[in-house]
Amino acid sequence: MVVAEQTPPAVDRPRPATAPPRTGWRKHWHLYAAISPFYLLFLAFGLIPVGFSLYLSLHRWDGLGSMEWAGLTQYQYLFTDTDFWQSIGTTLIIWALATFPMIFLAMVTAVMLNSAVRFKNAYRFAYFLPNVTSVVAVAIVFGSVFSTNFGLVNALLQAVGLDQVAWLNTPWGIKVAIATLMTWQWTGYNAIIFLAGLQTIPGDLYEAARIDGAGPVQTFFRITLPLLRPTLLFVLVVSTVTGLQSFSEPQVLLQTTANESTFSGGPDHAGRTMVLYFFQQTFDNNDFGYGAAVAWGIFLVVVLFSIINWRLVQRRGEQ
Amino acid sequence: MASIKGSGRRGIALHTSLIAGVLLSAFPFYWAVIMSTHTSSEIFSYPPKLLPGSHFTENVRHLFDTVDFFGSMANSLLVATVVTFLVLFLDSLAAFVFAKFEFPGKNALFALLMLIFMVPAQMAAIPQFVIMAKLGWIGSMTSLIVPAAANAFGIFWMRQYMRSAIHDELLDASRLDGANFLRQYWHVALPVVRPGLAFLGIFTFMSQWNDYAWPLIALTNPDNVTLQVALSQLNGTHGTTDYGMVMTGAVLALIPLLIVFAVGARQIIGDLAKGAVRG
Repeated sequence: MVVAEQTPPAVDRPRPATAPPRTGWRKHWHLYAAISPFYLLFLAFGLIPVGFSLYLSLHRWDGLGSMEWAGLTQYQYLFTDTDFWQSIGTTLIIWALATFPMIFLAMVTAVMLNSAVRFKNAYRFAYFLPNVTSVVAVAIVFGSVFSTNFGLVNALLQAVGLDQVAWLNTPWGIKVAIATLMTWQWTGYNAIIFLAGLQTIPGDLYEAARIDGAGPVQTFFRITLPLLRPTLLFVLVVSTVTGLQSFSEPQVLLQTTANESTFSGGPDHAGRTMVLYFFQQTFDNNDFGYGAAVAWGIFLVVVLFSIINWRLVQRRGEQ
Repeated sequence: MASIKGSGRRGIALHTSLIAGVLLSAFPFYWAVIMSTHTSSEIFSYPPKLLPGSHFTENVRHLFDTVDFFGSMANSLLVATVVTFLVLFLDSLAAFVFAKFEFPGKNALFALLMLIFMVPAQMAAIPQFVIMAKLGWIGSMTSLIVPAAANAFGIFWMRQYMRSAIHDELLDASRLDGANFLRQYWHVALPVVRPGLAFLGIFTFMSQWNDYAWPLIALTNPDNVTLQVALSQLNGTHGTTDYGMVMTGAVLALIPLLIVFAVGARQIIGDLAKGAVRG
């Protein structure tokens, strides 16, 4: 549980040679050896590209010509770029609309699955289905579910005597549609992660609680939830990281209603998430330098939010 | 919260809510299958078509005429399988170290990993392409396999899982029996975390199978593409896409995933874990 509390690493490198005391790394050489294949790949295809994008963000580059030194001007512009701030707001709203229902539903589903003895495999299979479906297929399905004239949601609304909603044409409709798609796609996945966490809780604990006369609610809050905290932290961090980087969902869902390009995020840019904005700047405007600066802005927002989420869950659990 | 054994009135309530959840999560999937049996104009008609149509075989024929479905499926199988085994091995080994051992630099190394995990993947795409081009890997499956083998998510997942699933007493006992690091990893840790590995394996296979942004960039040779890239080529310009055919392709592309999941799902339930940590 140390992850987010670290100060950003500056000097440590995967090679044992840089680890402080010689006797220390000698004693632990097998541990460094065990993690080194990963870190070598990581260096080549993670760290170096990321370092290059930092370099890129300090330049002006259209992807073809020569690079031109720009210093921090891209970042100065980023800070005052209202479109970027708007994309942060859009992303956070969609993330919140998707994540909180998703975590709640996933946990309820996992607890139910953990106690249902029969048909466990069949249930897990059905709940995992949304996640195996490719985003292209999902987006086409949800595009038609939320379609104004032909959509299932509006057909249902009309059936109960309510007005149609132009889901993919209004700012809130777009956000709700994207969030629904994400909740649908990830609830079963997270339920299975929670279920795996539940499986590691020893059955004796529940037995002891039952002997002590604890009811189901007490058992959940006193035993299940505290012991599930590592899993909850995992789910929350992964949902924050992936949710704040959402791209394909709005891109595929809104590409047919986009007013300018396929990265514009639909009418009034209502579905333009941070990563969509990155794509728009980089590939529509051929502004690779500014795109890289936007990417670093996204990175900061993601790190900040992951730390906040981590701290919140951990602190509440400790008391 | 309902924590009930599946019997009696509570059992019925439990199964009723679970089935309601199943219907909700399976419905869009059902609808995708339904769409694959209709023509494009039927898909966009009102009221929405909820029952199978009669154009499935026509859609399939059209699909097979347009793309090399089985050739690209073979490429996808190769990439997803190799990546899955690499990720399972590299990530579980590293995660075991991070979950159960102390050594200088551990926290900094792990924090570095988490930070890179928070970098938007798209951010690295341009530099990655340049590196791949220098290595001469562009156009080959290597460009998909090697970078995917370094999976920070997998280490994070396996570490969280191992911290609670592998009890310290178990490791201490094996150490007293004279087991070295590799024996502990192979004979103590791996058997206990099989459900966790199964999940990571299925998920890795799945995300490799469904990935299309990077393969689209890296596989420059049109005869040598993965299934999702082939399918994405079916998405014509606005208005001319044959959605019936696209959905047929998307649904058929799911079949290998469903097989992998059906085989691996058995492992996810942790009866194994329970048996192993008891002693």
